[in-house]
Amino acid sequence: MKFLQALKEAVSSISSNRTRSFLTILGIVIGVGAVISLMAIGEGAQQTITRQIESIGTNVIYVMGGNMSQDVTNPRPLTLLDVKALENRNRAPNIEAVSPVLNANSSVKYGGESENTNIVGSNTAYQKIMNLEIAEGTFYSDTEVSSGASVAVIGPELAQRLIGRSSNVVGTSLRINGQPFRVIGVTVAKGGSQFNNPDLNVYMPITAMQMRVQRGDSADRVQFIIVQARSSESMSAAISETSAIMRASHRLSPRQPNDFTITKQEDFLSIANSITSVLTIFLSGIAAISLLVGGIGIMNIMLVSVSERTQEIGLRKALGARKADIKLQFLTESAMLSMIGGVLGIGLGWLLSSAVGIIAARAGTQLVPVIGVGSVLLATLFSAAIGIFFGLYPASRAANLEPVEALRHE
Amino acid sequence: MIDALKREPVIRVRNLKKVYRMGDVEVHALRGIDLEVQPGETVAIMGPSGSGKSTLMNMIGCLDSPTSGEYYLDGQLVSDLEDDELAVVRNKKIGFVFQNYNLLPRANAQQNVELPLRYSSDRSSLRERSAAALEKVGLGDRMNHKPKELSGGQQQRVAIARAIVNLPSIILADEPTGNLDSKSGQEIMDLLLNLNARNGTTLVIVTHDPGVAAQTQRIIRLKDGLVQAEEGAL
Ligand SMILES: Nc1ncnc2c1ncn2[C@@H]1O[C@H](COP(=O)(O)OP(=O)(O)OP(=O)(O)O)[C@@H](O)[C@H]1O
Ligand SMILES: [Mg+2]
Repeated sequence: MKFLQALKEAVSSISSNRTRSFLTILGIVIGVGAVISLMAIGEGAQQTITRQIESIGTNVIYVMGGNMSQDVTNPRPLTLLDVKALENRNRAPNIEAVSPVLNANSSVKYGGESENTNIVGSNTAYQKIMNLEIAEGTFYSDTEVSSGASVAVIGPELAQRLIGRSSNVVGTSLRINGQPFRVIGVTVAKGGSQFNNPDLNVYMPITAMQMRVQRGDSADRVQFIIVQARSSESMSAAISETSAIMRASHRLSPRQPNDFTITKQEDFLSIANSITSVLTIFLSGIAAISLLVGGIGIMNIMLVSVSERTQEIGLRKALGARKADIKLQFLTESAMLSMIGGVLGIGLGWLLSSAVGIIAARAGTQLVPVIGVGSVLLATLFSAAIGIFFGLYPASRAANLEPVEALRHE
Repeated sequence: MIDALKREPVIRVRNLKKVYRMGDVEVHALRGIDLEVQPGETVAIMGPSGSGKSTLMNMIGCLDSPTSGEYYLDGQLVSDLEDDELAVVRNKKIGFVFQNYNLLPRANAQQNVELPLRYSSDRSSLRERSAAALEKVGLGDRMNHKPKELSGGQQQRVAIARAIVNLPSIILADEPTGNLDSKSGQEIMDLLLNLNARNGTTLVIVTHDPGVAAQTQRIIRLKDGLVQAEEGAL
């Protein structure tokens, strides 16, 4: 049981000089802590973004103006006429619902309170496509959309901030961009990030928005159009129908490229995922460099330790220790140091990422850091490997000491 | 010569030379030593400082290899063995006692005595064997003491227990009483001679003290890396 023996000796050596051992492994602790917490936060962010994108609704197709992969001369802006065309059931049997969307920031006032917030203009189908649940009152009707009625559905947090309560607010009158609007509904609280919090939104008929909030812009402008397919199986059919109808509506000749872009929800998901994972890998890579620095710190202290213990090594050799015995002893010690650093680093990473999660929650962003078994395992193995790699040189220095020279060393 | 003494000597050294090179300077520490030591013999090596006593002890103890010459230990030619083979020879056949005791400060008496057993091929009943060795040197009640909790004489006795725990053929002691007062020094000598008498372990001692040397069967005097005289040979 030579290995067990080496383990015991390593424990005794490490614990005989706790302060130094701790300082030695500090680099590893910080490195592993940084890698673990960054990976956890990255994974948490990915899950949050995925959840937000998925909450938008399923089987949704986005139509945006302009072509993102090709130059198009004079792209036509999206209009309510395009929406009308897409709503034609005969030409688009695979499309379930269509809504135009217009986004803008505007002031919303109630009494002395004022908030600058995100205004969404849409038609009635928007509620269904985006899974928007109403806690109180109703969403606006088709009639209200076609007449451009001054009605609004607001998020509960906005109601709280302006009116001081999040229920019993239907019938209240608000001033949006200086124009009077009547609150007809409040959405169910969803929670969200500071920058994209649906609970602070105002929803209104797109016609009302075009007339009263976006004044000055060309009257029937639409930012993008959301289209819901009948089912996930009919997605591709719905996309080709959308494309054909849009081309016809924009009067494009067969040789002209699209002057609009069609995207699926999954496309956003995969873009978001690839952005967060590239960021995570990049940041973890930087953190991993501190692991290397930590490894060099271990090598440094192990070299000091070898020269301090030269006489001990000479004695062990005199008593019959072979090179491999000495090597094993010092390698075990550096691997153990590094692994202790790794375990403490996992703890530190957990603390750091929990702290970030708490801070994010305070700031209104749902971010639950995820420390996976994989990253814990990886950190442990990696730190042990660092200990062994950076322990090799000091250990073989120790193993190759001449017994006489070592014994004579003071 | 008596017939019994013609059996294989435990140490047989032929024309042993050791040259240290320090830059351009060559130091001839041993210049052709011939030496035989019979099993069970007690031998003292004396001589002025720098005469090569420690160098010779390192050769006999297989801690260092000679520049030239032959060394047979228990009939085995060891002067040209590899490092790891020498480690095994040291572990099995030789017990070292140093002037400065050389105990591991972190380990207690028993763990210090166990150390040679841990490097040996037979690692069974370490505790029992180390306890028995400590009993033999009269420290059965100090097993859990750290070196700094023991007197100089007691530390040297722990070192002797460590030297005998693997039942070696030879004990090599380089000035074992050098750091001790005359009373503790004599106790150490009594112990070493007693172990020799009881177990027949060959004893080779380097000493500057004529009183210590006089208690051995034979005195070898070195000068300038050569054997100058032998006294009290059998
Ligand atoms: N590693 C070495 N390198 C160079 N020269 C050495 C080395 N070891 C010993 N010597 C030289 O070899 C000679 C014999 O040294 P050694 O240590 O054997 O003397 P010694 O008889 O034990 O002396 P002392 O009684 O002082 O212990 C001395 O001249 C010494 O300087
Ligand atoms: Mg000497």
